[in-house]
Amino acid sequence: MAARKKTTKKTATKAAPSARKRTTESGRADGSTERLARTTLESIDEVAKDVYTQIESGRMPEISMPQRNLKNVKFDRKVGYFELAGNVKTRTLEVNSVKTFAQTVRLMALAKEMVASDDFATKREAYYVSKNWAEAKFNEQRESDTVLDDIEGMFAFKEITREHLRFVPEEHGGSVVGPLTVIDRDPETLEPIRSDCTAMGSGAYTVPSSVDHLGMETTASFVLAIETGGMFQRLNHHRYWRTANCILVEMGGVPTRATRRFVRRLSEDLKLPVFAFVDCDPYGICNIYRTLKVGSGQSAHVNARFCVPQAAYLGVTPQDIEDFGLHDATHPLLEVDVKRAKDALKNDPFFKAQPKWQAALKQMLKMGVRAEQQAFAKWGLNFVIEEYLPTKMKAAKSFLP
Amino acid sequence: MTAEEMGKQQKEISVSEFFAKNRHLLGFDNPRKALLTTIKEAVDNSLDACEEAGIAPEILIEVQQIAEDRFRVAVQDNGPGIVKEQIPRIFGQLLYGSKFHRLRQSRGQQGIGISAAGMYGQMTTGMGPRVISKVKRRKAHRYEIHLDLTKNRPIVGKDEEVEDWGPSHGTRVEIDLEATYQRGLRSVDDYLKQTAVANPHCRIEYRSPDAEARIYEPATKELPPKALEIKPHPYGVELGQLIKMLRDTNSRWLSGFLQEEFCRVGPKVAKDIIQEAKLGERSYPTRIARDEADQLYRAIQKTKISAPPTDCLAPIREEQILAGLQKEADAEFYAVATRAPSVYRGNPFQIEVGIAWGKPGGAELEVDERGRIHSTKKKKRGTADTEDLLGNADEPVRLLRFANRVPLLYQQSACAVTKAVMQTTWKNYGLQQSRGALPVGPAVLLVHIASVWVPFTSESKEAIAAYPEIVKEVKLCLQEAGRKLGAFIRKGRRVSREFEKRGYIDKYLPHIGIGLQEILGLSDEKRDEAVERLRDSMETSRSI
Repeated sequence: MAARKKTTKKTATKAAPSARKRTTESGRADGSTERLARTTLESIDEVAKDVYTQIESGRMPEISMPQRNLKNVKFDRKVGYFELAGNVKTRTLEVNSVKTFAQTVRLMALAKEMVASDDFATKREAYYVSKNWAEAKFNEQRESDTVLDDIEGMFAFKEITREHLRFVPEEHGGSVVGPLTVIDRDPETLEPIRSDCTAMGSGAYTVPSSVDHLGMETTASFVLAIETGGMFQRLNHHRYWRTANCILVEMGGVPTRATRRFVRRLSEDLKLPVFAFVDCDPYGICNIYRTLKVGSGQSAHVNARFCVPQAAYLGVTPQDIEDFGLHDATHPLLEVDVKRAKDALKNDPFFKAQPKWQAALKQMLKMGVRAEQQAFAKWGLNFVIEEYLPTKMKAAKSFLP
Repeated sequence: MTAEEMGKQQKEISVSEFFAKNRHLLGFDNPRKALLTTIKEAVDNSLDACEEAGIAPEILIEVQQIAEDRFRVAVQDNGPGIVKEQIPRIFGQLLYGSKFHRLRQSRGQQGIGISAAGMYGQMTTGMGPRVISKVKRRKAHRYEIHLDLTKNRPIVGKDEEVEDWGPSHGTRVEIDLEATYQRGLRSVDDYLKQTAVANPHCRIEYRSPDAEARIYEPATKELPPKALEIKPHPYGVELGQLIKMLRDTNSRWLSGFLQEEFCRVGPKVAKDIIQEAKLGERSYPTRIARDEADQLYRAIQKTKISAPPTDCLAPIREEQILAGLQKEADAEFYAVATRAPSVYRGNPFQIEVGIAWGKPGGAELEVDERGRIHSTKKKKRGTADTEDLLGNADEPVRLLRFANRVPLLYQQSACAVTKAVMQTTWKNYGLQQSRGALPVGPAVLLVHIASVWVPFTSESKEAIAAYPEIVKEVKLCLQEAGRKLGAFIRKGRRVSREFEKRGYIDKYLPHIGIGLQEILGLSDEKRDEAVERLRDSMETSRSI
């Protein structure tokens, strides 16, 4: 029964007007992984060699990395994401930094070992590995996370990310459903594995922590990135992805790097428009959506890869509160909300470059309220599917940038 | 009661009777303090006598317990001796002496001390003081003296020549008294040790009741310079004293009186004063009436008179303070400071400060010529027989107060010196200090005031009165020494921080080696070489 239904649906999807099968340019589940591993190894060697040469010549070894904060990013609408502004922090080996320096070199050694043996370590595991380094061990994971970020910064100059160095985040990526087939490979046998994201039942495909090796095929016409698991479940349950012929991605708050990268590849490699559907509050806009679209200050050195510049903001917008009569389903903005919004208007290069967003944020501040995605339930549980999303999609051109 | 009846009861009180009743005013409040005061008075006298005669003092102090609460104190010096005729009055009459009527820096001031000690002994044991004294080329004399408390006169009990007294000159006084002996702070031992600090030219031998002998050898052969006597400064006399001086003078003119009896008064100043007082220069001093004297007194205060001469002061001097501290307080660091002489109420005085800081024996850090730091255990210098003057790091500093080289052991909190120490901000100089308290740290603070007249708060000479001029000078001097201490402590902390940091280097450099070895596949030798090279460039690149 399920099989039949699935087939039917697939046919239906294909029958949709915009249905057109798209695939990633090169099937990623091929030799590219090995090539990447090789460049990574070479990069590690280069950095180590550089340090070693400096020592040999009697100089204090130095390593440089970009500064990672919102002050060191710039935003150009043509580029579309936060770029590093070019402030470089140089860490010279000296007494105060000798411990961190040693830990950096040792983590690099760990990275090399992991790349060579095609293994990985979560950030937590990396922290535990250090426990075997006697006095050079990390006392808290916070310390090892910082050093890992530094290492990633160092390698950002060589376009190598933390994932390439095999340090993976703890949390898994978001959930995905819809007309998309992901082609992964068996880590042991290297056999390709195809995951059809329409065939996940009431579950979903989970974005792995590293997505660059994945191949993708789709017939969808857009991607809807959703903030909350609750909304994702509703849309999945009622097969909104089928009706609207789209891929649903659950971000679960601020999207992880893997999720961002995954959506980016949907956007870039499969040429799909990406729309974000988040809560109408400063956190949803200034953190979740902003990070999805242009990246963050913290990870400015990798934003080029880990954001989705083509994404647009479907909602919920402050205007939606008016248009869909959500007034009595709102909450007053909290002090932190107001502060966050004002801070974004004042300091965030993205919002500073977007007059439409400034207007929207000011509107929200003026209204003094926030509305959640699920507030539409006020008009009935499926109001969002039946009314809100179709209405919004008709005017996709006017989505906030 | 009628006035006549009352009149019958009204009679003269002798000074000795007064002090017999008010012994605490002289430092005999309790048996323990009585022992200390007795020894202190005798030693003060001995040192004064020796120095005045230009003799390097050698003092022998013997304390024997003769009954449960009775002690026999003997203090013997190698001073010039006392001429036979003067012995009974010096030891048997209160307020008899050479020092009260002159302005000259000396330990004793009033001529009360030793006779009061004798009196206390006599009152508590019935025995008066015994004195042997020998002047060069004369026979030694031994006196047994009894004090007549009502008449304040000595009664000579025994007066004999001693044929075979060893020394060629000197004096020995023996007093029996009711006392208790206890060591520790403010003890006889403490007093003698502090005396040795402030008087490094003295040899002090002390035989305690425990039959222990302790000898403080001199650290220098140099005697302190002789203190000169000065005439009083006009600003320093009070009206009553002025009236008395007017009455007693031999001068026939007021102008001459002023010029002769005071220092810093010449014809010009004398004229100014007399004009201001609207008196005649040729007035007969003894005929100046009280009102006129009052005018004169006021005129003096209004006239500008230059400060008294200060060559009359004999400070301990920095090198001697240093010698004294180094001798008796084993420390890591010493600092001394001296102020230029200053004046309070017409009396010149001078402040000196010495600081000894840091207990040796801990880890000592040394920096070698290559800039590496080594930890060495510092050897403790051998003064095992002396109690440690330096407190622990978490205790208040030891404050040693001296007035004209005499240690002040009691009434610390009432003393101008203590006030000045508390008002100084020691945090600036590397010591901890809570508000309005003594600083905390392993240190000894020595403060010496030299003056022709030290303003004690009481006759027992325990605390210095807080004249603003004195407090100010003490503070300035403490700050001067404090800055030196601060610089040292900071440097010490810098070196120890640096040492800690270099420990860091030793700890973590090998890990850089391991990491590089793992990445680059270095041999063990290459790895160690790299670490060694790194260590070298790091350590020598850091200056201390």
